Amino acid sequence: MISPVKVKKGDAILSIENIRVQFNQRCVLNDVNVQVFPGEFIGLIGPNGAGKSTLFKVILGLLSPIQGSVRVLGRAAKSGDRLIGYVPQKLFLDPNIPLRARDLVALGLDGHRWGIPLPSKVRKKRVDEMLKAVDAYRFADSPVGQLSGGEQQRLLIAQALLTDPQLLLLDEPLSNLDIKSAYEVVNLVSRIGREKGIAVILVAHDMNPLLSVMDRVLYLAEGKAVMGRVEDVFRNDVLSGLYGYPVEVLHVNGRIMVVGGNNSGINGYPLECNCCKSEAAT
Amino acid sequence: MIRFLNLLFAPGFFQNTQVMNALLLGGVVAAISGVVGVFVVIRGQSFVGHAIADFGGAGAAIAVLMGINTLWGFLGFGVLSAAVVELMGDRAREHDLATGIVLSVALGVESLFLYLDTHFTGQAGAPMMILFGSIFLIKPSTVSIVVALTAATTVIIITIYRPLLLCSIDPDLARTRGVPVRIVSLLFIVLLSFVVAEGSFIIGALLSTALLIGPAAAAIRITHKLGLAMLYSAVLGTLAVWIGIVLAYDSFLWPPVRRGWPVSFFVCALILLFYLLTRLREKLPGSGIMMVRRVT
Repeated sequence: MISPVKVKKGDAILSIENIRVQFNQRCVLNDVNVQVFPGEFIGLIGPNGAGKSTLFKVILGLLSPIQGSVRVLGRAAKSGDRLIGYVPQKLFLDPNIPLRARDLVALGLDGHRWGIPLPSKVRKKRVDEMLKAVDAYRFADSPVGQLSGGEQQRLLIAQALLTDPQLLLLDEPLSNLDIKSAYEVVNLVSRIGREKGIAVILVAHDMNPLLSVMDRVLYLAEGKAVMGRVEDVFRNDVLSGLYGYPVEVLHVNGRIMVVGGNNSGINGYPLECNCCKSEAAT
Repeated sequence: MIRFLNLLFAPGFFQNTQVMNALLLGGVVAAISGVVGVFVVIRGQSFVGHAIADFGGAGAAIAVLMGINTLWGFLGFGVLSAAVVELMGDRAREHDLATGIVLSVALGVESLFLYLDTHFTGQAGAPMMILFGSIFLIKPSTVSIVVALTAATTVIIITIYRPLLLCSIDPDLARTRGVPVRIVSLLFIVLLSFVVAEGSFIIGALLSTALLIGPAAAAIRITHKLGLAMLYSAVLGTLAVWIGIVLAYDSFLWPPVRRGWPVSFFVCALILLFYLLTRLREKLPGSGIMMVRRVT
């Protein structure tokens, strides 16, 4: 058992400094800086291929940046770190898979251990508590493969929380959900994060379901990042600078849309990633 | 009662050493196949299981030519092909076409060596034995090999049970939890090739997939508990093999040739029957499983 790590007020849970990640000479993340503090809810927003999944892999210790540092509570990122809970995007399971909701959640507790699980009251109690915490207790004994996307997402969140994480990473949890379920999942994660003081980073394409709960936004585009409060990031000048060509931020009835180009189009602006030009040339 | 038993078990059934060996090994192999089969179904690897069996068949044909126990042939080529499939990685495994081509190459090589077997060793029955099993031709030495393999398989499956489940559900999630996904997957596919080799020996290279996934497919329709599914799968597989052996022994008196029907026919027919019964049970209104299905 890992002793609980004391978090001092003001200390960052996650501290990423000047990281650069490359695949085969192609730069995926360049000079990215991120600081996340206890209890914060961060929305990680960006278009496809912006490097969101790559950033998660770096935080989870599955990928090493070629420069810069990644520290989770002051320690270098490494896989198997129980301080980070990870919620995958979606389950790809056969509807008849012999696995109940509670079995899936229990894997969060001891799925990485060798041997078969022995029945124990403590184990069952912790799983039951977590099922109740994510409002999944009513379908605890149903087969996982026959639950809806939103129900499966709750189970994935529950299994991640069972490692007692300080930082919860959710990889596009909303992309397969209907609008109602999406709002439910966002509110659930936000509530649990605040109650337990867990910092949350949630990846989403659409920032609107997060607007009422997120403390700051981390916007990734073209391998670069900006981080700040919603009103400081969703600005024409900030996002245009990030993309390297003009984009416009539209506000419609309290919702936000980012659209490419402006009235004069995007002609004359390079569309490739600025950060990698030097490598591409060599 | 005695008359009924005599009708069920033809005279000499319990005195026959070959039959007793067949019951022992058939039961052991069916039970472990059932357990491993549930993981195969969860991981969607039944095609891989079949590929291993086809390669194993080629190995067994070579073993006949060399005059050694066919189990070594099944095992050697099976483990080799399993390791290659695993080391090719995820991308290669998803290539249906490539797997299909490699599979037919295995069958082609098998046909060549089976042909050579019949011409050079005088064993006209070799193709039948390799493709459809030889449960009544068990040498005493085979018993100890199968028992050792099964013991090893049981120990490894118990050891990797939880990490394997995590890898099967989501490899990325397993990686973030520090599970060595490649090693666990490699271990499992080696286990799979052990079980497929044993199954091929019992009911033949062509039919071993039935023993591997048939009982598992039936079991997961009776229960949603993983441990219970493995138990049911093992029991159904064992029942199919045992009843198959009894029927095959009885069939020595049956037309048209009065020399016995093949065990493999009975085993596969019983597996199909079990599967259909579980599907039927599911369709019946008011059966317990329906209520568990949709609690919400």
